Formats: sequence, C-alpha cells, structure tokens
Amino acid sequence: NWDLRCKGREPKSLRLVAPVWNRGTSGIRGLSRSVDPEGSQRKGRTLLQFLADHFYDVEAVREYLLQKQVLKVLRKNRFQDKEWMRPNGRGLSGELWKLWEVPIEAVDASGCAINYQGLDNVLALKELQSLSLQCCPHVDDWCLSRLHQLANSLQELSLAGCPRISERGLACLHHLQ
Amino acid sequence: MLRRALRLGLGPGLLGRGLGTHREGSTLDWHGKVSEIKKKIQSVLPGGAWSPLCDTSHLPPEHSDVVIVGGGVLGLSVAYWLKRLEKRQGAIRVLVVERDHTYSQASTVLSVGGIRQQFSLPENIQLSLFSVEFLRNINEYLAVVDDPPLDLQFNPSGYLFLASEEGATIMENNVKVQRQEGAKVCLMSPEQLQKKFPWINTEGVALASYGLENEGWFDPWCLLQGLRRKVQSMGVLFCHGEVTRFVSSSNHMETAIGEKVTLKRIHEVHVKVDHSQEYQPVECAIVVNAAGAWSGRIAELAGIGKGPPGTLQGTKLPVEPRKRYVYLWHCPQGPGLEAPLVADPSGAYFRREGLGNNYLGGCSPTEEEEPDPGNLEVDHDFFQEKVWPYLAQRVPAFETLKVRRAWAGYYDYNTFDQNGVVGPHPLVVNMYFATGFSGHGLQQAPAVGRAVAEVMLEGHFQTINLSPFLFNRFYLGEKAQEHCII
Repeated sequence: NWDLRCKGREPKSLRLVAPVWNRGTSGIRGLSRSVDPEGSQRKGRTLLQFLADHFYDVEAVREYLLQKQVLKVLRKNRFQDKEWMRPNGRGLSGELWKLWEVPIEAVDASGCAINYQGLDNVLALKELQSLSLQCCPHVDDWCLSRLHQLANSLQELSLAGCPRISERGLACLHHLQ
Repeated sequence: MLRRALRLGLGPGLLGRGLGTHREGSTLDWHGKVSEIKKKIQSVLPGGAWSPLCDTSHLPPEHSDVVIVGGGVLGLSVAYWLKRLEKRQGAIRVLVVERDHTYSQASTVLSVGGIRQQFSLPENIQLSLFSVEFLRNINEYLAVVDDPPLDLQFNPSGYLFLASEEGATIMENNVKVQRQEGAKVCLMSPEQLQKKFPWINTEGVALASYGLENEGWFDPWCLLQGLRRKVQSMGVLFCHGEVTRFVSSSNHMETAIGEKVTLKRIHEVHVKVDHSQEYQPVECAIVVNAAGAWSGRIAELAGIGKGPPGTLQGTKLPVEPRKRYVYLWHCPQGPGLEAPLVADPSGAYFRREGLGNNYLGGCSPTEEEEPDPGNLEVDHDFFQEKVWPYLAQRVPAFETLKVRRAWAGYYDYNTFDQNGVVGPHPLVVNMYFATGFSGHGLQQAPAVGRAVAEVMLEGHFQTINLSPFLFNRFYLGEKAQEHCII
C-alpha cells in the first residue's frame, strides 16, 4: 500500500523509492543466487536440478510466481477527468506527484491486502465516486461498517470475491443511499 | 538421591534387557512400562500429585494464587488478562470456580449480545471502545494453536436511541461526551429519522442518536467459548464446584488519625463439589468476585456488610439478581435489513434477528413491576401488557406479530447506580470485584478484565481509570449514575 500523503513531493525521492522496492521483489531470486552451489556451473542439467539450485523450497517457488503476478495487478487510480494512473514496472510514475491537488475520483484496490486500518487512506478521499475492493482477502464486515463516511460522493462500489464479508456487513451498506 | 538412583537403575539397565527381549521375539512393551513406573514413583515422592489416602483428581488443587469465583465472561476475561499481563510466563496460578458448566442461568449466554458506545459516563464509553477493538481483533487476542478462528457473527448495525422532549437535552449532552471520547454517533431530528427509517412512527420523538460505527450485536456464546479455550491453553485451571465458605483472619489496626479499623484477609476458599458433600479448601492469595447475579451472596460469605449500618463494615455489596425477559417474534411486514437496535423512550427495545423477519426485544420493568428472581420462568402477559403496546406504537408494522419464543435471564443489577463495581474492597483487602454491570457487562467484559488485572498486578489502573467504580462509593454515597440504561 502506498499512502499519497506521507511521501515527499519531489519526483526525485520517489525514484529513490522505486529501485528499493524492486530489489525487494526480486529478493527471493537474489538470495538463492547468492548461495549458488558448484553444480550450477555444469551444463546439461535437468529441470529439477535447475529448480533445486535456484529455489530452496517449494514455498520460494510459489513466492516468486506470486511476486510476478503482483507486479502485473497493482493499484490503479483515476483522477478527475484524466485517465487511470497505474504504477508501471519500475514503480510509480513521476507525473503522479504533479497532480497532488487534484481530487481522486476512483480507486481500484482489487486484490490488495488492505485491512481495517488501511481503509483510513481511502476514507480520507472525500470526492471518491467509485471504489473497487474486489478479491481483497482482509476486507470483512467491520471494514464495510466504515464505508458510511463515503456516503456523500460514492456512486459505485464493488465487493465481488471478498471471502470475508457476509450478509451482516452488507446490511450496513444502507448508509450509502 | 533416591530419584537419581531410580533414574540410573531404570535407565540403561532396562534398556539392555529390552534389547534382549526383542531378540527373543517377546511383545512386552518395556519402554511404555518403564515410563509408567517412573511416573508413578515420581508422583509418590513428596511434591507429586498422588495422595495415598484417596483419589483427589476431581477436586480443585489445594493451592492457587488467584481464585476467580464465577466462570462467565467477566471471570474468564479477568483470568485471560491476568495470564497475559503476568511478568513471567507461569508466574500466577489461577483457578476459575464455576458452579454450572452448562451455563444454564449465566447472564452471559442469555444476553441479547449488543454492544454500544452510547453511554453518559466517559469511563463506560472508553470501556466499550476498547472492548469493540478486542472483538474486532478477536482472532489475534484469542488465537490457540491448531484451533479454528472464531466467528463472532457481529452485525455492525448500530443502536438508535429515541428521546422525548424531556430527555432531549440529556441526550445532546451525552452525545457530546461520546464524541469527545471518540465514538461515532450522529444526532437526527424527527424528519431525518422518518426519511431514513420510514417504518418508525416519530410521534413523541424529539431527538434520536444513531451509532454509525462499532455498534451492533454479536454472539456471546462464541465469545465465552473462545475465552474459555484460550484461557485453558494459557494454563488456567477450571473447577466445577460452588464456593461455600471463606476462611479469613482479621487484623485490628489504627488509621493515621487514630480510628480503629479491622482489616480482613481471606486465606482459604472452600469449594464444594457438585452433587456431593465433599469440599476442598483451596489456599489462595487473592479472590476475585465475578459471580454475576450472585455476587451479593459471595460478598456476604466474605463478611462484607456485617456491621452497624452506616459504617464501612456495614456497607453491603448492592448487587442483586433481577429477572429480565427477552421475546422473539415474527412480523412479516417488519423493518428491513437496515434496522438497528431501537430503544424507545418508554424503555422497550427491539432488534432484527437473522434474515427471516424475526425480531428480538423486551423492556425493563419499573421498580414496582420487578418479577421475582427466584426462577427463570417467562411471563408472557408481561409482553402483552408492557412491551407490545409500546412497540406497536413506535413501529406500526408490529401491530401484527406472533411471538415464537421467549426466555429470561438475570441482570447483575447494582441497586445503587446501575454501574459496575471493580477493584478491591477497602476492608477485606484481598477480595477484588468485577461485577454489578446491570445489563452492560458483556459488552464491557474485555476492558473490565484488563482493568481488574492491572489493579491486581500493578496496584492501580493503567489504561482506563475506573476509580469512579470502586467499592468506596457505596459508603461515601457518590453515585456514578448512568443515564442510558436499557
């Protein structure tokens, strides 16, 4: 999750953030490369040998594949009368910071691990018209009870595929009339 | 010496013989037998659990640091926080004595299960705010290895309090205090109320306060079971029995100004086993009175209130059981999913139950109409005469309804000011109270448990200051009156 308000305004500091982040995501691969055994020098290895060399267990393979998926599906935002802003492969785009004053109209947080406290950031956007919380694993009934703060501006809300919400949480969406 | 010799003798020696028997093809389980013999010998030696005279496995232990009388949600909450806040793991031995393991008369499980922050005292609001945060993160607080997570079935639908002309100013002041403490409450005029909830008849309503967040109702049984299983995993012992006697010693002392005062200290708690005349004297350092509706009886056993009236010795614990009825009815045209727990100015309340147009509700009777708390029989005429007319007047759809079920439960009613009693007794120095919450004990239990554990371990309240709820106020006459009681 990134918080629009707590980072610095200059694009320079932003670019500093992006490479660190990338180093983190490829950390798994980096780690396993640093403990490369002698056998990787040999040619003509089998697939299993390749996997055993580069990943120390099945968990690490799963983590690596998940990281690749995460790189593709990330938070996207849409500003007033502008297009969706997405973080590209190298991190957040620089021009995002020039649009500091422009209110945010739509937030797409599908698949994000946003939770009860994380919603503070979304609820602060007083002109939000569309919110998509599809397939968020930690959004539950308690989080839905907080959405009444967006009642003035919210037009669209999507909660498809959230595993933790139930009819009890949906019953308190009547605030958003 | 003897133990070391036994270990040497039973260790490698038998192992050597064990190999021999394997070769001979015998099926004697030497390793199993060896460990059993070792366990038996160790229990016979001094300090073990075996008593040569009789089998005492069904009795509570002979020594315990803290004895908690009452295994409901308040007692278990105190046990949980004691084990959680102790300085070293396993430092405190806690014993919870519960008379009825089916909880058939316990207030906890017969409760409607609501939680709200709409109180008039700031302490009550803070207690409720912490408790709601505890419930929201219950699977982090009460996680037990290998057990499934708890589902409290929380309905975040809020509470709606209606006030007539007389009560409108009090309600406004209360809402101001609630907002200061951080509760999310909004005030509504009758027109806004009519627009939002068209099924309400706003005649006679001057103002309404609606809780927007962190209010609603949940399943109290789930909370109780979750606390029970967590507390057992933390090493708290449970005992199925009834406290019949306290053995205490008195110390005559003088205060700084020269007044004579008698301080008592409880040394033993006699726990009588169910359906038997056997009892076990449990030596203890501290006793916690969390017996709910029967706390008054436990306090009398400890000698609280035995003295000339008007003195500190003569001040009884003013907690007594009060019977309250809850009715479940079906109304096909009733309020929909958006219905909160509505509390009428007359005292009648109701809430939605499930998705099938069923509703739960009741009303607190006036002092003259108090039913006899001797049993938990339901009086259906009370619904016809005292509850239904007010409900039907407030929600016209309730004119046609059919009562499906009803039950009765006890409030541990504090006749002094309807608020809880926490902290130590000034004269019986090692008895701590956690009782008397008069109908809002369940929703404040996690926070009250933490407060009482802090007083027991540190000597003063650390997170929430509950000094207005100490026992002294009964003698000094300072009421901590709560105006928002359902």
